[in-house]
Amino acid sequence: MKVGIVVFPGTNCERDVAHALGMFGADTELVWHRETDLDEFDRIVLPGGFAHGDYLRAGAIARFSPVMRPVADAANAGVPVLGICNGFQILCEAGLLPGALIANRDLRFICRPVHVRVESTDSILTRAAKPGQVLRIPLNSYEGSYVPGDMAPTPVLRYCEPDGSVTDAANPNGSSDGVAGLANAAGNVVGLMPHPERAVEEFMVSTDGRVLLQSFLAS
Amino acid sequence: MRAIVTIRRRDTIADPEGSTIQRALGDLGFGEVRGVRVNRTIELDVDDAARVREMCERLLVNPVMEDFDIEIVT
Repeated sequence: MKVGIVVFPGTNCERDVAHALGMFGADTELVWHRETDLDEFDRIVLPGGFAHGDYLRAGAIARFSPVMRPVADAANAGVPVLGICNGFQILCEAGLLPGALIANRDLRFICRPVHVRVESTDSILTRAAKPGQVLRIPLNSYEGSYVPGDMAPTPVLRYCEPDGSVTDAANPNGSSDGVAGLANAAGNVVGLMPHPERAVEEFMVSTDGRVLLQSFLAS
Repeated sequence: MRAIVTIRRRDTIADPEGSTIQRALGDLGFGEVRGVRVNRTIELDVDDAARVREMCERLLVNPVMEDFDIEIVT
């Protein structure tokens, strides 16, 4: 099991992701954004950060990095591709996931744990989770408000109250329909705003990210 | 010449910055403002503007949520 973790200029969560996936036995390798061949990898992660400074729009420049061509090829071939936070934004800009992400409703950078509910287990991120399961995972973003495009998204995670009810008050950023994470139609490309790699060790706010990363590795 | 690209987020999509400005205007007594939208302009210094539309479609504008127009100033 070899996981390629893509590093753009400005990416800053790659080592956290490598550490977390390594906890579950994955062999990870950091891949610079100029790489043009990802054939050796069974899984690909676009981690969080501020790729290319988030200039123009988050992910807008990163989608044209050379590595995105093999990422798209892999995604279309069914290889599990996971975008976390900035990686989610990049996948949307690249058209590998529908919609876009805009600034949070209250224009504040949000850095705190949030509750999300598993809406669908038919994705590489949620396969090992239970439908309706509530997870507590750190959110760390400014442009995290999801806007759907023409195509209806397939939410895999929605922001919720601790008891699992989806309310507007539990929606931290004004995301449409409370979407915190979504998959493509095939379920092999998933993006989410919260950071599962920051909820794996006992000393962290929770260990709820484990089931998501384990799903990703087991898919 | 200069190609001035104005990028507007569609009215159906929230503009938190515009909403915040509208509230601030209201607090200052400018209650007549019914809506505020914050646009973005990008000025391109080019000799030939033939490909500016293509630049917009490929990079400068996100067609999921934005529209644009191009003004050429010579």
